[in-house]
Amino acid sequence: MEFNIDDIIYWEWEFLKVNATLVFSWFTMTLLIGLGWLISRNLTSGRNISRGQALYESLVVFIVTQIEEATQQKADRYFPFISTLFLFITFSNIIGVIPGVHSPTASLTTTAALAFSVFVAIPVFGVSSIGFKEYFSQYVKPTPVMLPFNIIGELSRTLALAIRLFGNIMSGSLIVAVLLSLSPLFFPVVMQAFGLVIGVIQAYVFSILALVYIASATRIQPGQESDTEIESLTSNRE
Amino acid sequence: METESIISLVSIITAGFTIAIGSIAPALGEGKALAQALMAIAQQPDETPAITRTLFVGLAMVESTAIYCFVVALILIFANPFWNYMIGG
Repeated sequence: MEFNIDDIIYWEWEFLKVNATLVFSWFTMTLLIGLGWLISRNLTSGRNISRGQALYESLVVFIVTQIEEATQQKADRYFPFISTLFLFITFSNIIGVIPGVHSPTASLTTTAALAFSVFVAIPVFGVSSIGFKEYFSQYVKPTPVMLPFNIIGELSRTLALAIRLFGNIMSGSLIVAVLLSLSPLFFPVVMQAFGLVIGVIQAYVFSILALVYIASATRIQPGQESDTEIESLTSNRE
Repeated sequence: METESIISLVSIITAGFTIAIGSIAPALGEGKALAQALMAIAQQPDETPAITRTLFVGLAMVESTAIYCFVVALILIFANPFWNYMIGG
């Protein structure tokens, strides 16, 4: 039972260490790239598409619809970033059920890196769509008094993204490890099946929250800036 | 009592209380949100996908408070900074 999978070190040379987090995120990347290459090397149009292509097309359509419903904008700009996040996190979460494989997202370093990429993406998308001045003037609205609170809000939601994903996935694997020592036969299987559901839902939540943050930065908001994600999510839909 | 025993005693008791108290409020909140979502689905079955999506995101956000408590409890038990400080000298 390992609380911190960063401590599992497979290979070490002076100050370079290859730990379980790195190995299994590389594993996830190879898996994703390999699957993508395998299916996309013979794409066809028309009626006779292969099963794999049908699966991929339905996945792409699903992500595009979700993005368009949540933002009410064209999905093209957000699609690469959001779908990468979603696929990487989904695969990282669900490879944890393979024996001997740890989810890379069960380590705070991976989730912090993912949350940091969202933290960087928000101003990048915001500046590129509404301009430098307009984007940064959002921070001093409604009054300049709110500047520190807006900055703190920005930082704390990034932290919350990282801790949420980390806590959910790590707790899943830890509960399985604890149950394995208590009742080895049946209950760990049930909890692992539950962990699959949690993994997919958390990947969905992470990417939809990233999308909501990015979409709220790309819109010029009249008056008071709403900081509640749920509120902006529901108001986007209407 | 030795310092190590005091630290471990306090850590374990605090971890128990953290997760016990910290899961009450999210549980109440999630129950309330779920009840409201079910009511909304019963009234407007056509809006089920949108309600479900918002519900999932909302539940995950409500649940994150409980997850924070859980992480703090685990840190207290498995990766207690004061414990390492005492053992290290």
